[in-house]
Amino acid sequence: MKNKFAWLLAAFVAFIALLGVGLTLKPQEIPSPLIDRPAPDFRLARLEGQEAFSPAEMRGKVWLLNVWASWCDPCRQEHPVLVALGETGKAPIVGLNYKEVRGDAGIDISRMAAEVEDALVRERVSRWLAERGDPYLVSVLDIDGRVGIDYGVYGVPETYLIDKAGIIRFKYIGPITPEIVKEEFLPRIQELQGDPAAGNVSGKEAKS
Amino acid sequence: MIPELGHFALILAVPVSLFAGVLALLGAHGNDPRWIALARPGARLIAFLLTLAYAALTYAFAVNDFSVRYVAEHSNSLLPLPYRIAAVWGGHEGSLLLWALMLAWWACAVSFFSGRLAPAMRARVLGTLALVAFGFLLFILCTSNPFLRLLPAAPEGRDLNPLLQDPGLIIHPPLLYMGYVGFSIAYAFAVAALLAGRLDAAWARWSRPWTTMAWVFLTLGIVMGSWWAYCELGWGGWWFWDPVENASFMPWLVGTALIHSLAVTEKRGSFRNWTVLLAISTFSLSLLGTFLVRSGVLTSVHAFAADPARGIFILVFLAIVAGASLLLFVWRAPRVGLGGRFALFSRESLLLANNVLLVVAASTVLLGTLYPLLIDALGQGKISVGPPYFNTVFVPIMLPLLFLIGLGPFVRWKRDDWREIIRVPGGLLLLAIFIATLLVGLKGSPAIRIDRVLLLPFLVVFSLTLALWIAFAAFFHLFRQAKAGRGAGGRVAAFIRQPLHFWGMHLAHLGVAVFVAGVAIVGGYAEEKDVKMAPGDTVTLAGHSFRFLGVREVEGPNYTALRGDMEVRQGARLLRHLYPEKRFYRSSAMPMTEAAIDAGFWRDLYVSLGEPIDRANPAGEWAVRVYEKPLIGWIWAGCLLMAAGGFLAALDRRYRKRLPAAASAPLPPSSDPA
Amino acid sequence: MKARHERIALIVGGILALGLITGLVLYALQDNISLFYSPTEVKSGKAPRDRAFRIGGLVEAGSLVRQPDGVSVHFVVTDTVERVTVQYKGILPDLFREGKGAVAQGKLTGEDVFVAHEVLAKHDENYMPPEVAQSLEKAHREGVGKAAGTPAP
Repeated sequence: MKNKFAWLLAAFVAFIALLGVGLTLKPQEIPSPLIDRPAPDFRLARLEGQEAFSPAEMRGKVWLLNVWASWCDPCRQEHPVLVALGETGKAPIVGLNYKEVRGDAGIDISRMAAEVEDALVRERVSRWLAERGDPYLVSVLDIDGRVGIDYGVYGVPETYLIDKAGIIRFKYIGPITPEIVKEEFLPRIQELQGDPAAGNVSGKEAKS
Repeated sequence: MIPELGHFALILAVPVSLFAGVLALLGAHGNDPRWIALARPGARLIAFLLTLAYAALTYAFAVNDFSVRYVAEHSNSLLPLPYRIAAVWGGHEGSLLLWALMLAWWACAVSFFSGRLAPAMRARVLGTLALVAFGFLLFILCTSNPFLRLLPAAPEGRDLNPLLQDPGLIIHPPLLYMGYVGFSIAYAFAVAALLAGRLDAAWARWSRPWTTMAWVFLTLGIVMGSWWAYCELGWGGWWFWDPVENASFMPWLVGTALIHSLAVTEKRGSFRNWTVLLAISTFSLSLLGTFLVRSGVLTSVHAFAADPARGIFILVFLAIVAGASLLLFVWRAPRVGLGGRFALFSRESLLLANNVLLVVAASTVLLGTLYPLLIDALGQGKISVGPPYFNTVFVPIMLPLLFLIGLGPFVRWKRDDWREIIRVPGGLLLLAIFIATLLVGLKGSPAIRIDRVLLLPFLVVFSLTLALWIAFAAFFHLFRQAKAGRGAGGRVAAFIRQPLHFWGMHLAHLGVAVFVAGVAIVGGYAEEKDVKMAPGDTVTLAGHSFRFLGVREVEGPNYTALRGDMEVRQGARLLRHLYPEKRFYRSSAMPMTEAAIDAGFWRDLYVSLGEPIDRANPAGEWAVRVYEKPLIGWIWAGCLLMAAGGFLAALDRRYRKRLPAAASAPLPPSSDPA
Repeated sequence: MKARHERIALIVGGILALGLITGLVLYALQDNISLFYSPTEVKSGKAPRDRAFRIGGLVEAGSLVRQPDGVSVHFVVTDTVERVTVQYKGILPDLFREGKGAVAQGKLTGEDVFVAHEVLAKHDENYMPPEVAQSLEKAHREGVGKAAGTPAP
């Protein structure tokens, strides 16, 4: 008994399959080319202090690089999670503030002098950290976004996990949540800190 | 507290819809009158619970309760109250709740106005709807709950997307959802008929007014969206073949086919399988539209934030709703008889051609919309299919359809002889060709622009001919009825006494004519200029001179704007001032262009601000865009006429007649005598 | 006899119409889809010369130059590895900014200048057209690949 309408079902199944495949083609799921490669080097101004910051200072530590900006709403969401993570002292977090002023569509920087922008960035970053808590060991300012480009930032927030040798081990795009910290970051941090020789690094101690 | 109440009502609606659906369907299957009787109160209870939930969310918006995450993300205390209420559907979660609410209201309406349906049939329809609602509510609760709290509460909300802060766009989604969801009634009727094995003229008659009403809402929704894009996007276009627009256009095309096919099924009993398939497809395409928009599989200006979990859920939902009904169709359809036979040249065959053309057109749109996805899935790279594809393919398919619109009403059902009827339509067609050629000749050959296929002069004459032909045909039928009318009150009274569906059909066809005329003339004769203007400069376009008087800063309720002042003259006579704006919304820091339009019957004048030539000096020179768009208003007017025609047709009194068996219906008998 | 003729006419007509529409669709798809290329791909000659395509990347800071007529502009699109100059006549979209993502549609001229007839900007602060994101990612993969080949400093 052949049903003359059966082809409809076959076509429908193929169609649903196509849509299903389409769902997996998410740009968020493209693996980062930076994984297992040395973290790009940079020298950027710190929020506090005179000398520039370079990732080389973090050699021997397992640390996180968090890319954020105050105009980015998901950053607002993830900030308490970062603060909580900082308090546990599991790993120091470096905050990379990304295009604080020129990333903000509401501000036109074309008539703004570089010093004015610099001062505005510092004021906005300090206010944010004072209001919401400062989870960062160091805050660095990527005012023009050059470092963000080196790291392939395509949407703030992003968080990188970097090991003692300065190799990027993991990258998370989008706001981190307590679940993500628990399931993705903490096990990896623990594993990378496995080497007891350099194990006594924690956010709290390093900061004080 | 109030949001918790809404949340509770929403949660409660899930088991209620599941039980109402399953019990009604089982009851209808086993013919158990007690369970069948549960269908109506079930539908009303779901509607009540969802109304409560929706009201609670609206309340949270009205009182700026930023401890509700959804409110904090989509509203702001500076937002005027009407926009705060509209902001309820300004985001993903709330718009889904609105979708579910409308589904519940449609089902509730069926429960009230289905007195002449056999109780078992009604239970099947309402049961199907309840199960659809169950799936949708589950989706909301699992992936997109609007009632989640944000603790501690946000001190201030983000803003409603400034794109949405416009009266046109704010009523666009509800109308669109009314249409999308309304087709669920046609779907439920089709599934019920398949379950009962009763696909007959009565079934077609029951589902016709509902389908037509859903179609009317969808038409209005699409018009609103198009009009909004024209006013708000600052590009002066009215249709962009954007994936989201296509997502609403595909169900419209197939829904239009469904309306016509239902007419054949009701009148002649033919096309039954086809009609059922169309009913299933229309609603499935509505769900597909939801999937495409919400899942982020296609990039689009409108796309909501992508969330894979939501995408998977909607896809599974779509697979179940469409798949189960298709399975049912494949199982049952071979047993359905052919219905009335008809000859090669008959009203049926022309309507079949209409259906085929509409479905083919919808398929080409679907192909164009999903082609980038297909190529990406095959790993062949990222591509985009732009308007040229759609114009190239879509227009040639539509032209024969337009010809058929004029011809169809001349031809008799079942069998006709073209030699006998050719005289009148042939004459009207010749007249249309003559007038169209004359008009284009007088106006001058339209400008040909590359990249826009529609603009060939031949195509303008051709489209105009078809528009006139449809209009002539519609008027011919209206006047013939008046002439043939006799009896009390004379001709005028006889004219007015025509059944509403007759009026509705010709009004809708007239709307198509108006629409096509607008499209053809705008396509052929619109003029535009992008120019640099310093204060005091004048630009001339299509007999109008535009003098730029400069830009100054103005304050809106929640934005600051740079407002241009443009003095428009026709010859020496001052027409008016136009004030295009560039707005900066304070809370979301997004710039928006607000075009200024002088709308008229024959033409629109359209001015929008580009950007200042020197950003540091907004009081100086600006890049400005000026358009003259002849007959553009006809595009939307035509669509409104179509919708009005559909509305009249749905109100036709033969749908309101009651059978004696329905005496126990909850409503008092209609005042309309049978 | 009559009925058979009618049926044959119907089938032949149907096949003709189907063929016509299929041809139309194929023609339109071949001519009117535009592929997406990154500046690196354009510079390495992968992009077509004779047909339209889309190019995307970041608008390089300070690269936007306006012609005296005020509505003709050119700017540089970069994926951080290569740079391509884009020419455009018309009003740029609201969200177009230097240092941000943009996609242009148009054709490549002889001198490696891209003449755009449409420019799109990214639509939200925390969002970038996926194509742009992907091409930045790709350019980066290649750039980093090169760097890894040389001894670390």
